[in-house]
Amino acid sequence: MATTTSPAHGASPLSGSRHFVNRADHGDEIARVITFIFAASVVLITLLLVLSLWQGSALARHKFGFSFFVTQVWDPNAGIFGALPFIYGTLVTAVVSLLIAVPLGIGAAIFLAELAPARVSDTLEFFIDLLAAVPSVIYGVLGIFLIVPLMRSYIEPALKKTLGFIPLFQGPAYGIGFLTAGIVLAVMIIPYIISVSREVLLSVPRDQREAALSLGATRWESTWKVVVPFARTGIMGSIFLALARALGETMAVTMVIGNTPQISASLFASGYSIAAAIANEFNEASSPLHSQALIELGLVLFLLTFILNGIARLLIIATSQRGSGTANA
Amino acid sequence: MKRFAGIALVVFGLAAALWADSTLSINGAGASFPNPIYTKWIADFQKKNTSIQINYQSIGSGGGIKQVTEGTVDFGASDGPMNDDQLKAFQDKHGFGILHFPTVLGAVVPSYNIPGVNAELNFTPDALAGIYLGKITKWNDPAIAGANSGVKLPADDIVVVHRSDGSGTSYIWTDYLAKVSGDWKTKVNKGASVNWPVGLGGKGNEGVAGVVKNTPDSIGYVELIYAIQNKMPYGKVRNSAGTFIKADLESVTAAAAGAAKGMPEDFRVSITDAPGKTAYPISSFTWLLIPQKFSDAAKRDALKGFVKWMLADGQNEVEALSYAKLPKEVIAMELKALNNVQ
Amino acid sequence: MNARLRWRKFLSNFMLTMTGVCAVVSVAVLFFILGCLVYQGGTSINWNFFTKLPVPVGETGGGMANAIVGTGELLILATLFGVPIGFFGAVYLAEFSGSAMAFVVRYAADLLNGVPSIVIGIFAYAVAVHPFGHFSTYAGGFALGLMMIPITLRSTEEFLLAVPRTLREGAMALGASKWKTIVTVIVPAAYRGILTAILLAVARVAGETAPLLFTAFGNTYWSKGLKDATSSLPAVIYSYALSPYDDWHRQAWAAGLVLLVLVLVINIVARGILSRGISVPR
Repeated sequence: MATTTSPAHGASPLSGSRHFVNRADHGDEIARVITFIFAASVVLITLLLVLSLWQGSALARHKFGFSFFVTQVWDPNAGIFGALPFIYGTLVTAVVSLLIAVPLGIGAAIFLAELAPARVSDTLEFFIDLLAAVPSVIYGVLGIFLIVPLMRSYIEPALKKTLGFIPLFQGPAYGIGFLTAGIVLAVMIIPYIISVSREVLLSVPRDQREAALSLGATRWESTWKVVVPFARTGIMGSIFLALARALGETMAVTMVIGNTPQISASLFASGYSIAAAIANEFNEASSPLHSQALIELGLVLFLLTFILNGIARLLIIATSQRGSGTANA
Repeated sequence: MKRFAGIALVVFGLAAALWADSTLSINGAGASFPNPIYTKWIADFQKKNTSIQINYQSIGSGGGIKQVTEGTVDFGASDGPMNDDQLKAFQDKHGFGILHFPTVLGAVVPSYNIPGVNAELNFTPDALAGIYLGKITKWNDPAIAGANSGVKLPADDIVVVHRSDGSGTSYIWTDYLAKVSGDWKTKVNKGASVNWPVGLGGKGNEGVAGVVKNTPDSIGYVELIYAIQNKMPYGKVRNSAGTFIKADLESVTAAAAGAAKGMPEDFRVSITDAPGKTAYPISSFTWLLIPQKFSDAAKRDALKGFVKWMLADGQNEVEALSYAKLPKEVIAMELKALNNVQ
Repeated sequence: MNARLRWRKFLSNFMLTMTGVCAVVSVAVLFFILGCLVYQGGTSINWNFFTKLPVPVGETGGGMANAIVGTGELLILATLFGVPIGFFGAVYLAEFSGSAMAFVVRYAADLLNGVPSIVIGIFAYAVAVHPFGHFSTYAGGFALGLMMIPITLRSTEEFLLAVPRTLREGAMALGASKWKTIVTVIVPAAYRGILTAILLAVARVAGETAPLLFTAFGNTYWSKGLKDATSSLPAVIYSYALSPYDDWHRQAWAAGLVLLVLVLVINIVARGILSRGISVPR
């Protein structure tokens, strides 16, 4: 991963003993208390964050209840707020991005983990990590000045010509919209999928591959039918991790999605995502209800990413444990 | 770690040296439509008053109203006046009121992109309302064609474009539509961000212009200065006297002239659909929003000084940027009202 | 039979080639982005860009000195706030904590790590802007610092745990107390890794825009101090890119190039430190 350095990947955080003999020392007690305060403040900050989102949206939650999630009118003028178009836009762009990023990312990960010599693999991984570090707003700039015109003039008309019978590819091609946002997102999440999948694939024990090869499988067969299934859960984990990133991504999406709270079957249509709505409207929401509705959107986004990150972590831990378990057996 | 701490210290030292000057800093935020003239004014004002530094961030009119109410900025700016609820919210929060000061005038124009049509189109109020309500869907609809005899309009679907962010431009546009169409008033009403019945959203004037320029058969509304700068075609609109009139400095000034006579004390006036044969109907003032009381006297005086300068010397700079000057009567009223800022 | 084998061999070669294509395409994106920014923004970068303030639309010249310094200030503040919490929290986890507390802290950190940056912005507005009544550099640094905490904490903990047991035991056997062991043996042994983690965290937040919109806000001049709103590179890129002026678009490209180079250089330096390190198991 680019953002966290995890040297002991795969090691369960709870495994291994780190406690050495306790020695009575006054300094120890002080050090323990001081570091405890810092550790506890992490928990405190997180709780405070959840609390502030919860309380900050109380008015909107009481006023709209569950209908907030299933109605689609967002009318600040009339004080009516339904989040469905934002939830829809967030999910659609995320799905589009996964459809592009998953095959590419896993393909690249297989190459890095299975085929490339260690030196090449490490070099490429280095560039992938750098790619993951490119700031979101830069993707946004490239999006509006390069990708949008490209989509409008070439890609969307071509899709319309060839696949126009599917409702997904109908309607006018503006260049901005779900499809463009999904493509920009895809580029942004590919590095995450590659990095994590590569690590997971590398943790698959050697003997699995060798057994398959010795039975006469081709290199691809041993990879696709033995190694990849072995690492399946971990790869799924990387996908969930990428999905969580995609959902929460703000700036690049805001700049290319079109910012229209509408639900449309066409991927060419413009839409809106949760994060983009907050970025655009939070500073200018002049009625309390409007701000609260936006904070509730933030809460929804928080819960979505929280759940996805949780699933991802479980899957990744499960695979690495399975990997090391078999290797030891 | 030590080396890092050293670097941090050096950088902090440098930064501290920069702040050691004694200039006064005033923060303001709001409308993006007058941003070009505001940044120019501020830069010119600062050349004469080097000890005053005014930071204006163009975050949109809604943002200007919100942030000045929250007290996070010293003054706000908006293309639409604050409504009574917003004024009350400010009063309740601070215990004193907030004043509007008109700065310049501008116009919003319907801009279009119809392949094969180069003529300057005429729009009736009903046509504009019908298009934005989604009732008029074809360019050759009689409501449009009737006012444009001699122009061959295509039988294509109209692509409607509007602003996606809360904007003063939208406020002016919807304020106008709500005045000329009962249907619009009941279904959508006026506001910086409304629930649009049809159309695509573009962020900022740039977004709207981008979509209009690149989408055949589209119509969108942008600020006059923007249409001129980007050489976008825009149409005439029929005013309340029944003439089709093009937005320019004279027609916008004419719209303000009528309003100048009946200008209310608080300057909260809408001049859309203004009377007068030569008045362009989608015109508007844009306002600075200044709290009545300042706890920091130096800040108050600096800001008052800026407003005074803007009403005098500043007005000579506006036409170069395609804004219209304020009427003399309004300037006189404002100078009086400025005394209420304490 | 032979045909089938040939087919399998062909399929194998074909698919393996495709995976290589995937890898090359992914890496090529990085160079494409870099190339684009250099092409579009390179010509607008000159001495003024780094030393001058922005000018009103229509006037030529001007630069982004305040945004560059603003970004620097924000990053320092973020580091001063985020790193101590992350670092000492990690020391607690690695050296003192019981497993229940460790689980809770890690869980909280992972939760915080997954929070979308825009949501961090809402939170920072609620606790660091709203109560004080003004946007400030502090608030921006706070928001970015929040994002640095989990990254620093989790990585530092991993690096501390990776210090060989023999080193600890050696120190303890010599009679050093636990905290002395930590200060004199364990942290020095892991410091390269920790430094890398901190630098990567800085690089990660350097390009963040969303949390700054509601906290550091923006400023057309030099910030008047840490209590004043400040300009920052990412926020300026965002507003300039969406503006209607070609001149500002060029500036946005140039600022994008500067920001990208900054982020990439920090990344490369960080990884360089790590690869020369001793205490890092791969």
